[in-house]
Amino acid sequence: MSIDVSDLAALRVERVRAIAGRLRELRGPLLPILHAVQHELGHVDPADVPVIADVLNIAVAEVHGVVTFYRDFRREPGGRATVRICRAEACQAVGAEALAAHATRRLGVGFGETTSDRAISLDEVFCLGNCALGPAVQVDGTLHGRVSPARLDALLGEVATA
Amino acid sequence: MVAERLTAAGADVVRTGSRGMLWLEPLVEVETPAGRVGYGPVAPEDVDGLVAAGMLAAPERPTRRAETSDSPEGGRVVHPGPASPAIRHGESGVYLGLVEDLPWMRRQQRVTFARVGVVDPLSADDYVTHGGLTGLRAALRTSPTAVVEAVVESGLRGRGGAGFPTGIKWRTVLGAEADVKFVCCNADEGDSGTFADRMLIEGDPFTLIEGMTIAAHAVGATEGYVYLRSEYPDAVETLTAAIGVARERGWLGERILDSDLTFDLHVRVGAGAYICGEETSMLESLEGKRGQVRAKPPIPALEGLFGRPTVVNNVLSLASVPAILADGAASYAALGVGRSRGTSVFQLGGNVARGGIVETAFGITLGELVEDLGGGTASGRPARAVQVGGPLGAYLPVEKFDLSMDYEAFTEAGAMLGHGGIVVFDDTVDMAAMARFAFSFCAEESCGKCTPCRVGAVRGVETIDRIRTGQDREKNLVLLEDLCELMTDGSLCAMGGLTPMPVRSAVQHFGEDFTR
Repeated sequence: MSIDVSDLAALRVERVRAIAGRLRELRGPLLPILHAVQHELGHVDPADVPVIADVLNIAVAEVHGVVTFYRDFRREPGGRATVRICRAEACQAVGAEALAAHATRRLGVGFGETTSDRAISLDEVFCLGNCALGPAVQVDGTLHGRVSPARLDALLGEVATA
Repeated sequence: MVAERLTAAGADVVRTGSRGMLWLEPLVEVETPAGRVGYGPVAPEDVDGLVAAGMLAAPERPTRRAETSDSPEGGRVVHPGPASPAIRHGESGVYLGLVEDLPWMRRQQRVTFARVGVVDPLSADDYVTHGGLTGLRAALRTSPTAVVEAVVESGLRGRGGAGFPTGIKWRTVLGAEADVKFVCCNADEGDSGTFADRMLIEGDPFTLIEGMTIAAHAVGATEGYVYLRSEYPDAVETLTAAIGVARERGWLGERILDSDLTFDLHVRVGAGAYICGEETSMLESLEGKRGQVRAKPPIPALEGLFGRPTVVNNVLSLASVPAILADGAASYAALGVGRSRGTSVFQLGGNVARGGIVETAFGITLGELVEDLGGGTASGRPARAVQVGGPLGAYLPVEKFDLSMDYEAFTEAGAMLGHGGIVVFDDTVDMAAMARFAFSFCAEESCGKCTPCRVGAVRGVETIDRIRTGQDREKNLVLLEDLCELMTDGSLCAMGGLTPMPVRSAVQHFGEDFTR
């Protein structure tokens, strides 16, 4: 049985509309809506933007402007796991740049990119608030401290096989 | 895993927040009649041995520590004399004695952080048992004006970095007429080297809730928002759960603690923009817009969230308020030096042997923090530079270690305390590279509203690159200073206005790194 792509797109529109409708009564609802869309659907697709704008009765340009302002919102699907490496000063003081270089070499992607098998998205982050235990890395929301290149390899191995 | 094994051994395990002694974690504290006895860092495989050695069998009297070692692995205890059950724990090397007696703790004055690491973060009963709600009850017994004046008298100044007197800000909001007023907590702790907001929210969230509720009573606000960064998912979860508990207990909502106060609180999660730690940018973000800064005036106290009078305070400022109301403004104001009253929560991070949270009265020196408490660098190499106050703070050389940790002394030294973060670098650091990073971070995170910041940051990166590669070095150093002056004087907010601070301090104190 084949699934029509346009059906999938229509399904997504309905889900985005439902999320936006559910949260529209909040004060300042746009960020909570974008977070919810990304959480439930993996990313904020350019096609979602006019749907959200319609529900909130604001210009498409306004929603587009917000989506593109904030680093958190992905505009295309990410990998199955997200690995974020802290590159701020406190982690730099204990070898974060070497760790960052190791990660890009090992995964074969740059920051903000996803491996070709779609297993891992690699992101940089400026401070995870773990500054006494750097270098800090966050894997799917879980914080890790004192991450050496070897420890990063182990973490990457765990998510790649998960 | 340590907790699982202890539970299996028959212990009643409570997960607390962090004591702030991060190099000793995982830290296990065992309740005994004499106080809490610490063990750390404990690995899961240590547990069975510790239990067999009598860890959970309350000793008659835990022996006090003798003296600490200066070993790089931290303030571990030299084991006390023989014939104590504790000595057997000592064989594992993780027995610490009474936690309150550890030099790291004895050196501190924990006011804002009194309960952090002690209580179960989400236990309302624990909170009350440890003095929670005393401040709010005291506030509700008195008038809003009296609460505002108490905060003014305490001398509390904004702990987010700007150091503006909290009480004066509240007085402005109290005096403003509006249909609705807001209390907003800035928990967008984006500065590298700072993690106190996270530790407080994860370790004692009710204190922040109580502080915000006192603020609401003081200024006449009915709604509150905590703008919490998305990089802290655990803090989001803990605070959201704590707000739920507080509502159930009648600590939030209508008729709080049977008073006439109505106040409810909501968490809003940021989206990875450093600039949203700037208060007006944070308000824009809360309104669902791009986080672009607003020109001031109007000040947020008069036209803040959705144009209404709004208290905007940092987590640590708000979390200090319950203690001020509970113990009196005078007792808070008795701590500190000059116009820096009370305690500050310093955070030791970067290349430091013993990193973590140090809450103490203003006036301790930078050197005492980095060397005595921090134990120097983690790498064991000589410390060379310390950045205080986040990415926009100055880089200071070890020659400045006698600097007193207070607002005025730092301003005089061309530096700032900021949010109290202290990042240590050893002698392998390239300060020209750090200066370049300051500009590139600004270029990445600038909201783009004003030209000095948006354009200046990019030009700054280029100029430093030319200096580092020896192109017209003298001319470009002059140009760099000119650019710094322009950004300082011409930027709309602290992002562009303070980016020159790390750059200039790096040139001033570490000039040799720019000429090789």
